[in-house]
Amino acid sequence: MSGAATIAAFALRESLRRRVFAVVGLLTIAFLALYGLGTWQLFDSVGEFEEPIEGIEARTVAGATILGLAMFATLFLGTILAVFLTLGAVRGDAERGLLQPVLVRPIHRRTVLAGRFAAAAGVCCLYVVIVFLAATAITWAFSDWWPDRTAGPALQLAAAVAVLAALSLAGSVLLSANANGIAVFMLFGAGLTAGLLGQIGEALGSRTLDRVADVVSWVLPFEALYQAALAAITADTVGFTRLAINLGPFGGAEAASPLLWPWVVAYLALVGLVATAAFGRRDL
Amino acid sequence: MATVLEAADLRKSYGPIQALKGVSVTVGEGELVGLLGPNGAGKSTLVKIACGLVRPTAGAATIAGVPAGSPEAHRSLGYLAELFRFPDWLTADELLGMHQRLAGSDGGSAERERLLDVVGLGEAMTRRVGTMSKGMQQRLGIAQAMVGSPRVLLLDEPTSALDPAGRRTVRRLLEHLRDRGVAVLLNSHLLSEVELVCDRVAIIARGELVAAGTPEELSRPSGIEIETANGTRVLDAAAREDTPRIVRELVDAGEQIYGVRVLRSSLEDAYLEAVGEQ
Repeated sequence: MSGAATIAAFALRESLRRRVFAVVGLLTIAFLALYGLGTWQLFDSVGEFEEPIEGIEARTVAGATILGLAMFATLFLGTILAVFLTLGAVRGDAERGLLQPVLVRPIHRRTVLAGRFAAAAGVCCLYVVIVFLAATAITWAFSDWWPDRTAGPALQLAAAVAVLAALSLAGSVLLSANANGIAVFMLFGAGLTAGLLGQIGEALGSRTLDRVADVVSWVLPFEALYQAALAAITADTVGFTRLAINLGPFGGAEAASPLLWPWVVAYLALVGLVATAAFGRRDL
Repeated sequence: MATVLEAADLRKSYGPIQALKGVSVTVGEGELVGLLGPNGAGKSTLVKIACGLVRPTAGAATIAGVPAGSPEAHRSLGYLAELFRFPDWLTADELLGMHQRLAGSDGGSAERERLLDVVGLGEAMTRRVGTMSKGMQQRLGIAQAMVGSPRVLLLDEPTSALDPAGRRTVRRLLEHLRDRGVAVLLNSHLLSEVELVCDRVAIIARGELVAAGTPEELSRPSGIEIETANGTRVLDAAAREDTPRIVRELVDAGEQIYGVRVLRSSLEDAYLEAVGEQ
């Protein structure tokens, strides 16, 4: 087993033994149950609008809106998982004396980072994909509505939490666990705020707000990925239904630019390089 | 004796604080070198540089001829930190297993059992770290440092949490390792322990090497103690060579002599003198 695989397996086993997965699993079931209840109630009310009203398909608007909310919740839960799996991975573990015995083994420091990232990103990506697909299935069960795209948004949400896990891991090299957790959640909030600013900017026709939202979504690509995922679930929806959707929380959704995936890969590599360089220079 | 650990003119600054001001230390194959010094002297910094956990500001350290901190150097190294902790959810066996994988050791369960036996934890193989006393964890730390049979062991206060029996076990273990050719750099506050097991001692104070040598070299003659019928008297200024003359003079003077002892200062005296805390 390679050094990175040993570190990753160790991190996963720690989460298992500390019952992280059990707690997350139970709370996720509670979240999905709540989501199911909400979806059932929503479509119970929407049921009376069987026919399109002035060209607007109520089921599509309601389904896309509630699934969009579930996607936000999924991203948020995935972010919490990513942050808590990585926030003290380097400085926190070093301050507790856990890291030093590992680092004097014949492995590079970058191997430790790679192992920790693989474990955290693997768990978080799998988690958001499962929760997104479960929410989609619940929505379909109560509404007969299925999003226009499924695999794309699932992958985009997964990549978004991978980006957040990378940022949190890189932050753990420089910041204490508490400071790092706060910083990553603030970045998460900044990204979402920028998305809302973009939505407001579009409504007001403000190029400045649009520009700010654009720049932030490239600097913090988890936001661009989230917007792309939102856009993808109604990618083929047109007409008045599209307009109605845009009035809701989907106004900020932006279809993925062709450069988004290459940029996400480059961004992860860049964050990895910065983290490796900083870790390599760090006295422990 | 081949040198397996060499620290040459190591300097380390943390901002305005100079933790090391040009310290050179070597440890040869099968040699046990004690590192002594008051708190904040720079001992742990030196050990951490040798482990590659801290980068020197200047100077260099090598392990088995390769730069300290490189994976090649780590292949020859075992280390127990002063402030270490192991994950409390791991069992002793799992911890050693993980370190075997990281060290590339193919010793398997036989090596794990042997190491735990050696440190007196043979019965605690399946016990979780979190349920162990500090002393047991320290023993486990020593076992962990020996995974993969390293050529060099860097032990930073390895017996600070051990009871006298535990210290004796570790002392015997260190002697056994020395006999097998393992080089050991032992950082300890326990002067008696260092005096008992170390071949050489290096004393560091304020980031500088202030004394080095064998424990015998560092301790010096400090007079003669003579027990007579009139009581025991100490002649501070007398040297070992003066003993026959002094005894003869006392006998000629009609004194009855029951015992004569040549006094030497202890390592503690030498240490206190070297660090300027007499």
